[in-house]
Amino acid sequence: MFSDFQIYLGVGVALFVLGLLCVMTRKNAVSVLMGVELILNSAALNFVVFSRYTAGNLLGQAAAIFVIILAAAEAAVALAIFLNIYRIFATAEVDRADQLRG
Amino acid sequence: MIETLTRAIFWLFVIITIGSAVIVVFSRRVIYSAFALLFTFFGVAGLYLFLAADFLAASQVLIYVGGILTLIIFGVFLTAKIYQMNIPQQTHQRYLALLPVLGILVVLVYGLYTADWQVVQTDPEPTTKRLGALLLTTYLVPFEVASILLLAALIGAMRLSRPRSEDADIPEEENV
Repeated sequence: MFSDFQIYLGVGVALFVLGLLCVMTRKNAVSVLMGVELILNSAALNFVVFSRYTAGNLLGQAAAIFVIILAAAEAAVALAIFLNIYRIFATAEVDRADQLRG
Repeated sequence: MIETLTRAIFWLFVIITIGSAVIVVFSRRVIYSAFALLFTFFGVAGLYLFLAADFLAASQVLIYVGGILTLIIFGVFLTAKIYQMNIPQQTHQRYLALLPVLGILVVLVYGLYTADWQVVQTDPEPTTKRLGALLLTTYLVPFEVASILLLAALIGAMRLSRPRSEDADIPEEENV
């Protein structure tokens, strides 16, 4: 019914949808970051799948490397911001940190 | 025999990836989500191996599991109140959020199933050497930009997470 190619892409779709749900529904900022990581993983997986199923082409894998680099930088900066939010608001819940004036 | 075993391991990785991602999203405790994320990353690394991306599988384990996940667990420990971890983790609009998410899911699966994919099957080969050459020729500029980005993120994260006490003009105790 489904080819291998479609199964891989299906895993990517599942990760993306779950990550989106995580970003939209979780309260804790760290959980939201986890959702973003799921979405980035699904994007990288898609790049690798398309790289595998085209003839001798590694451009997709190179793009996946850049996705991983971005994910690392994003996680570091996001956690620094969360620590600041926690210090200022004494909570890490994204819907309670609603004050622009720090 | 080998064929069957390979298929079994492949499906195992698929199930590990999706199942632990479900736990990440729906677990009531943040720390359980963090540990489930570990298995998601491992599952994706295994799928990379099946996709003949050996270098990427190793990078996935090293960077995600060794770096990003450690950061996330630190974040959980530093921000979540340990005794209140069992409070509901979902916002009020969770049923509202299902609507666009399910819509996107339906559209993506429909496109996935009905599109006329032109698939080329090639033999797997080692990728590290070719990827290295690619990063230093075709992708040289993005590669250098990425290193500058990492440096900027490093300095920025350090600057952000330092105590504010040196900024004399911003009173710190006001909102604590």
